[in-house]
Amino acid sequence: MSEQSAPEQETAAAGSVAVEDQAVGVRAEARATATGTPVPAGGTIVPRWLRWALVGSALVVALWLPNGLYPTVAVDIACWALFAVAVDLLLGYTGLMSFGHAAFWGTSAYATGLAAINWGLPFPVAVLLGALAAVVLAIPVGYLAVKRVGIYFAMVTLAFAQMVYYIANQWRSVTQGENGLQRVPRELFGLDLTDEYYFYYAALPIVAGGLFLVWRAVHSPFGRVLVAIRDNPARARALGYPVHRYKLAAFLLSAFTAGLGGGLFAIGHRFVSLDVLHWTTSGKAVIIVVLGGIGTLWGPVVGAAGVTRLEDWLSFAGFEQIGLVTGAIFVLTVLIFRRGLWGTLAHWLRRR
Amino acid sequence: MGSEGSAGQHPALRARGLTKEFRGFRAVDGVDLAVAAGSVHALVGPNGAGKTTLFNLLTGFAPPTAGRIELAGVDLTGLAPEGFARRGVARSFQITSLFGQLTALEHVELALQSGSSLGWKFWRSAKLMRRYTPRAMELLDMVGLADLAHTTADALAYGRKRALELALALALEPSVLLLDEPTAGMGLEDVDRTVALIAAIRAGRTVVMVEHNMSVVGALADRVTVLQSGRVLVEGPYDEVRADERVITAYLGEGAVRAAHS
Repeated sequence: MSEQSAPEQETAAAGSVAVEDQAVGVRAEARATATGTPVPAGGTIVPRWLRWALVGSALVVALWLPNGLYPTVAVDIACWALFAVAVDLLLGYTGLMSFGHAAFWGTSAYATGLAAINWGLPFPVAVLLGALAAVVLAIPVGYLAVKRVGIYFAMVTLAFAQMVYYIANQWRSVTQGENGLQRVPRELFGLDLTDEYYFYYAALPIVAGGLFLVWRAVHSPFGRVLVAIRDNPARARALGYPVHRYKLAAFLLSAFTAGLGGGLFAIGHRFVSLDVLHWTTSGKAVIIVVLGGIGTLWGPVVGAAGVTRLEDWLSFAGFEQIGLVTGAIFVLTVLIFRRGLWGTLAHWLRRR
Repeated sequence: MGSEGSAGQHPALRARGLTKEFRGFRAVDGVDLAVAAGSVHALVGPNGAGKTTLFNLLTGFAPPTAGRIELAGVDLTGLAPEGFARRGVARSFQITSLFGQLTALEHVELALQSGSSLGWKFWRSAKLMRRYTPRAMELLDMVGLADLAHTTADALAYGRKRALELALALALEPSVLLLDEPTAGMGLEDVDRTVALIAAIRAGRTVVMVEHNMSVVGALADRVTVLQSGRVLVEGPYDEVRADERVITAYLGEGAVRAAHS
């Protein structure tokens, strides 16, 4: 959509709606606090050559990554990138802040792990099954959550995620409780993928596929409707769009993508612990999106790379209070670069 | 349309005993309304008379506590706003209500797309929406926005935003068009332009409008319903309603009636 070179006005949130719909006031407030920044529209104004240059260099970086970093870290970055992009599909493009996406990431991690352990499936098939399990869970959760907006939406998703966490904790016969699923196999037609280095390249097509899925959705007629709903749900309804159903569809797409990430995470670590369902996992995904840039697709990817790399570096240096550092960086970023790292850069490029 | 008899026998839009209660307070209290097909019907009344609530009831934005809403004899009571929109009831908003970051053209394309299933196709390119561009440009031209098609809604001047609201409502090909204070907050020049625009687009359509500006009501409305405290105070042609003592009292207080008589 580089064709739409209209003057970009970065003042969305402030002067939006105030219809006599009880929901709307809450929504406006939620956007002011949750997203905090003016969000660019579905169509960005980046020239086409720059777009392809970005895709090209991203591909080069992605192919080089396990040579420059520990392959384990590279796999983590890829998984978190999928997760963060999934969260941003809701937060940045639909105006819904999910604070319970660990439920989908974690459900898929467990489902993938169980499928791989019990049925010995090739890992891409296990990951796909895991992502579908996340979608199955997302149907009732999303159905109930999309009827709420703003902080209430966040609370409903958080509440469901906590329920899933406790169920997983109690259901030891399946999840092994605090021991977690151990020795998750990494099967792919007899190929030896025990080396993380090779596993990274085997996983890359799934990551690329997941990212493409979200990119396609954002730049589709569906994505245009989502942006309209984000900017003004009451208006979208007045145009005849069933807003709840659209939000639910976006929720399912997001859960699927988060599930791809969670499934790969399980195979990548060969181990699934309760951490994958913990609320801090949901929180980390939101932080990555905000750090990278809400309402951009590169932003969550860049944020995932930055946060994962930083955490790895800190733990390697023997630093115990990792949260202290990432938290401080988060606060500073939000204060200095309201649009996040990538969002600020994109904004700056656009204005030149 | 309605199975019983032809649509012509029914008013285009009808409310029967429409009531909306908020925590014991009746904002709209047993309103009966019959809007004849092809007419322009104005809802007026002092602040707090329940006009906007009635408007929200008539477009599905608020569910009624009691009563029914019929479109050409077909019961729409209980439908969601998008259900009303899909059945041919289009509305504009009192406070300009647009998608800030989308261009005027994208707005109208979205409105035109809402009738099809294209909006669900997350696996297709947004370029497919170009099929709506010609019709969208026609509509923008009709409301005088053709030059501003590629301007984002945020960047449009106030009067232009209102014009875009009209284009959006028209894009839905509505049988009933509800306009919530179409000239609110406008300068004189914009008011004149809007009146001319509504006069032009009313052909073949039924229009219900909430309006404070009595000269706009006088210029456009065939019939006027005056609301007070959620009830219908008077209904009739504009000149009759204007001279009605109860209406003058409602608007200006007792003193005004005495002054008018002296």
